[in-house]
Amino acid sequence: MLIGLAHYLTVAAILFTLGIFGIFLNRKNVIIMLMSIELMLLAVTINFVAFSVFLNNLTGQAFAMFVLTVAAAEAAIGLAILVVYFRNRGTIRVEDINMMKG
Amino acid sequence: MIVQAVLFYIFAAVAVASGVMVVASRNPVHSVLFLIVTFFNAAALFVLIGAEFLAMILVIVYVGAVAVLFLFVVMMLNIDFLQLRSGFVRYLPVGAAIGVVLLAELIFIVFGWFGAPGGPSATIASATAGLSLSNTRALGNILYTRYLFAFQAAGLILLVAMIGAIVLTLRQRADIRRQSISAQLARTRAETVEVVKVPLGSGSS
Repeated sequence: MLIGLAHYLTVAAILFTLGIFGIFLNRKNVIIMLMSIELMLLAVTINFVAFSVFLNNLTGQAFAMFVLTVAAAEAAIGLAILVVYFRNRGTIRVEDINMMKG
Repeated sequence: MIVQAVLFYIFAAVAVASGVMVVASRNPVHSVLFLIVTFFNAAALFVLIGAEFLAMILVIVYVGAVAVLFLFVVMMLNIDFLQLRSGFVRYLPVGAAIGVVLLAELIFIVFGWFGAPGGPSATIASATAGLSLSNTRALGNILYTRYLFAFQAAGLILLVAMIGAIVLTLRQRADIRRQSISAQLARTRAETVEVVKVPLGSGSS
């Protein structure tokens, strides 16, 4: 059986759904939520690459690199904020993050 | 071709299974390790489809940098993770419902799009088949010409992220004693050494 675009899009859809599922499931653990965001970005990257290859256009792969860049920057900043928050408050429970009364 | 199909199913199955373990694992360290497995399998899928450069970048950036960063933070923070999981069962139904609905929508979109008249056929040849350039070279050609400014902006984003992370986590502690090299070097012999004449039979102080 030939592997086509639909197979790759299905895998990416499943991974994206797992990311959203993880955010809903781990409502108290910020670290797992950040990992779920990484999963969602990975799914988006798979979509970009699959479309790029099957439509014979390299632009998708160039933008997949930019997605990777943004994912790395987001992880670095998010974890830095997490470390500072833990240093100041001694916890990372999501429901305790309410100083700004948002 | 059959080998490619079998490899695709193996890598996709392992990627999805380890993705499930990322969100369902009891220990966050295991979650990070399963995240690494997911990234490796996604890189293998990229190799299968002919995007070797992006596969290697995925391994280097995600596994080498992001996952290790996660691992450091998980192990550095002293957190009671069992307490953080207390609402797991309570959030399970609503999360599962939303996940199933979203997945069904996405898969309906994919297959509805392929079934539609005028849609793309599912069996397009690989993009690298007709190309004489290698994937890396073709990507470099497009990245450094047409997307030069976007590439520079990506570098700027990384610089801002680096500076931001340093500024956020750097702290000057006032309550500890540090070595002051300039003060040490600025001392002269005249202000530190004193010659004292000691009378016979008495102490020097």
